[in-house]
Amino acid sequence: MKEKAKILDGDTILRALMRIAHEILEKNKGIDKLCLVGIRNRGVYLAHRLAECIKRIEHKDIPVGILDITLYRDDLTLIAQQPLVRKTEIDFDINNKVVILVDDVLYTGRTIRAALDALVDFGRPKLIQLAILVDRGHRELPIRADYVGKNIPTALRETVEVRLKEVDGVDEVVIIEQ
Amino acid sequence: MAWTRKDLLGLESLSREEIELILSTAESFKEVSTREIKKVPALRGKTVVNLFYEPSTRTRVSFEVAAKRLSADVINISPETSSVRKGETLVDTGRNIQALKADIIVVRHASSGAAAMLSRHLDISVVNAGDGWHEHPTQALLDIFTLKEKIGRIKGINVTIVGDIAHSRVARSNIWGLTKLGANVTLCAPKMLIPVGIEEMGVNITDNIDDALVRADAVNVLRMQFERDESAAFPEALDYFRKFGITSERLNKAKKNIILMHPGPINRGIEIESDVADGPNSVILEQVINGIALRMAVLFLVSQGHDKKYEDIN
Repeated sequence: MKEKAKILDGDTILRALMRIAHEILEKNKGIDKLCLVGIRNRGVYLAHRLAECIKRIEHKDIPVGILDITLYRDDLTLIAQQPLVRKTEIDFDINNKVVILVDDVLYTGRTIRAALDALVDFGRPKLIQLAILVDRGHRELPIRADYVGKNIPTALRETVEVRLKEVDGVDEVVIIEQ
Repeated sequence: MAWTRKDLLGLESLSREEIELILSTAESFKEVSTREIKKVPALRGKTVVNLFYEPSTRTRVSFEVAAKRLSADVINISPETSSVRKGETLVDTGRNIQALKADIIVVRHASSGAAAMLSRHLDISVVNAGDGWHEHPTQALLDIFTLKEKIGRIKGINVTIVGDIAHSRVARSNIWGLTKLGANVTLCAPKMLIPVGIEEMGVNITDNIDDALVRADAVNVLRMQFERDESAAFPEALDYFRKFGITSERLNKAKKNIILMHPGPINRGIEIESDVADGPNSVILEQVINGIALRMAVLFLVSQGHDKKYEDIN
């Protein structure tokens, strides 16, 4: 395992998030009915940062929720190491809202499939959109992101690691070769 | 820390880390029951069989609700309506259930070690819902979960267990769990209801209820199980209430925020005064709510467990 390349650093991550915030506001014509839901783990921190970016533009808070998709995974019986089940915290009504799902890496699309299933158990949003920091390709399901920080073509043997200050002490995205 | 066991047979054989993993997983599951759609697909396509050889409403229903909120299919078997009456052994019944491609058996049995025996003969998961006087792990775990939720920690707190310790699997599982997590446990009961040698489990023993309550952060009141012992030496109900019953008068001398637990069903006026059971210190119904989350966590974890060999309980 070795680090092959650093794709994004602190500045470029911030610029990407700031651009996505503008795109979200442009596409949805403001923050009316808007809420963010971050997918555990790193999607949660990105959702909070996006909310900050939106606040800098609109000077208003929008609700941020946390989604744990473990119980909705389609590979629960396949994985050897049991995933930790963590709390889902969506303490606002998502019915008829515009929900922006936020995650760090878009890969096979299976996490997003699970997240969509989980989300509709909480209500019937008017619209669900997807914001992603890094899209690395190799989709196994018909899913695409509405907002992408950076598209990075990767090989299957590579992994993309998003590191965030909140958990990893540093802001960067790197490609690792197995 | 990852869960590896296919079974939950008791708390004696679990490590502190394993107990903490169950508790933190249950914390996540508690939110599911607050949703409008109280269901997650984690055990979709799995079958849970409730095999109860002893009467039980709350534990069986709690397991059934937990399994259904995980999207599992649930089958209830009770001895009156099964071939157990025709003399089938426990292991044969278990093998038949396994042949039906069930995934988890939740078993309650009057004999200590029944769940462990089933587990040795079966590849599918076995969850002990009470075996004789031995263990009732999910009840103790939900008690500990409730304590942790109310007090914020288990380490260093003083927990008093009052009542029929001798016949109580709830007490035994609570003692294992609480001591592993660092709580100070005091047992309080008439001498004849304290088993010989139980102090080796690292607990204090007294037959004075006021002494037992004075420093307690929580008191777990056990049900007097008159149906289990009909000998003349067993205390008479009114006499027991006078000496050991939890009354408002006795609680007034305890810590103001003392937490009052009872595994149910309650004998009002025998081990606990009716008003106290419904009073502000009582968390009895919260225990029921937490029981669902806790059992969801246990069913989820054992369904993911891959070890096929379970070390025998000594």
